[in-house]
Amino acid sequence: MTAQESAAYGLAPDERRRAARVLSGATQADLEMLWSDWKEQPEVTYLRAPEAGLVMVQGRIGGTGDRFNLGEATITRATVLLSGIGIEDVIGTSYVLGSHPEHAGLAAIFDALLLAPEQRARVLAEVIEPLERGQKERDTSAQADARSTVVDFFTVARENE
Amino acid sequence: MYVAVKGGEKAIANAHALLAKRGRGEVDAPRIDYAQMRDQMGVLVSRVMAEGSLYDPDLAAKALLQAQGDVLEAVTLLRSYRTTLPRFGLTVAVDTAGLPSERRVSATFKDIPGGQQLGATFDYTHRLLTDELGTPEVPNLEMPPSAAMPRVTDLLGVDALIEADKPAEGWNDPDPGDLTREPTTFPMSRAERLQALNRGDEGFLLSLGYSTQRGFGNNHPFVGEVRVGEVEIEFDAPEIGHAVPIGRIEMTECQMVNQFVGNTEQAPQFTRGYGLVFGRGERKAMSMSLVDRALRSEEFGERIVSPAQDEEFVIAHSDNVQATGFVEHLKLPHYVDFQAELGLIRSLRREFETRHAADARMSAGKDQNGEN
Repeated sequence: MTAQESAAYGLAPDERRRAARVLSGATQADLEMLWSDWKEQPEVTYLRAPEAGLVMVQGRIGGTGDRFNLGEATITRATVLLSGIGIEDVIGTSYVLGSHPEHAGLAAIFDALLLAPEQRARVLAEVIEPLERGQKERDTSAQADARSTVVDFFTVARENE
Repeated sequence: MYVAVKGGEKAIANAHALLAKRGRGEVDAPRIDYAQMRDQMGVLVSRVMAEGSLYDPDLAAKALLQAQGDVLEAVTLLRSYRTTLPRFGLTVAVDTAGLPSERRVSATFKDIPGGQQLGATFDYTHRLLTDELGTPEVPNLEMPPSAAMPRVTDLLGVDALIEADKPAEGWNDPDPGDLTREPTTFPMSRAERLQALNRGDEGFLLSLGYSTQRGFGNNHPFVGEVRVGEVEIEFDAPEIGHAVPIGRIEMTECQMVNQFVGNTEQAPQFTRGYGLVFGRGERKAMSMSLVDRALRSEEFGERIVSPAQDEEFVIAHSDNVQATGFVEHLKLPHYVDFQAELGLIRSLRREFETRHAADARMSAGKDQNGEN
């Protein structure tokens, strides 16, 4: 079995984190479109078919103190093996919050493509960057909505003061 | 005690069919889609996720539809569902100050870095029932982008006016106990209590929190900060070799600042109560932080005189799945037990009547003798 760690593929952890953030935050429809538009598709073998499970979400008391168990969240994971189109058995893995098997499957495929050195630039340019731009736009717009509710309260001084 | 009964399959099946019919209502009207439920009943969906102790807005919306709006029934559905899934592990502890919050207010400090941001709130609405729900445009005010929003309690902490989250030295980030994996034993750690309060019934915690305000375990609270927003969740999967983001979760956090304690060794400091819940659950987060503080009585050497300060009373009765299970099981067939009770009460009454008749004869005899 091929190693799956980022380092084994010469990929900086931050780059993989960035991709994971974008792929987990994308909509399933976007990923489906990007994959169906992907020319020269490698052969995809599911080493681990999309599988639903749980993660226990932890918080910290007061924000920065001891950890405590907040509650669980549904998560779906998948692991794929890509081969063909010059890729030598690259394994990609995804973990995506929610119960969306197709989403996790597609995220694992793009994760594997990112790990394949000869596909990396293309994945970044055609998948990660456009999705990231879209997510940033949505965040900016949501933040603008939220910032419109910034309030400045005045305390009214009492008459005898 | 419940004794098993047999039979009734047909009537039970018909009852379930009738239940489904009642839940359907007018057949001409469209069914509520789960996505509508999720997006237009977001606060209710949040409550089901918090008390169901499972974050998944889609599933919570579906559970609510299946339960015909019965919150506890929906919570039970989520709790049952989670038992069918394997747990892949623990997330990295969330950083609630990490992403810009949608809402962030402080009732203690007027001018806070990052500003007071009302967000989507029912506060300051007129509470007048309306026939038509409008969706007014949110104006684009060209506000400067979100400044960092440090926690208010961290700001106070700088001058040591408020108790620190953790000891200054010798802190080793202990692993918390997990109530879903280990039997409940008292006394609990604060981390275990917070897990229990987190999944506790909103109404129960609200009432207990209210009771502390009314003097039953008073701790004079102020809202240091309430924030609502999405936080990024990270998971460290062994096969990846480092933590990666796996999505975002909406959360509500409340930092309650309470009156100070101090002693001969420790200068007076504000004390704290903490609340953190899934989704948009401000009332729950506030109640949780009030009860969290009340339950720290022993830590601060306070007299335990009120229900909200009694750990076992609060924690053992806060879970609404347990509570409703035990209360509602009373309506299931108890015929055999009740027959035994009936037998007992009949024999007691026979004894009573026999004795009463004997007493009556005695006193009748005394009356005839001219005695009182």
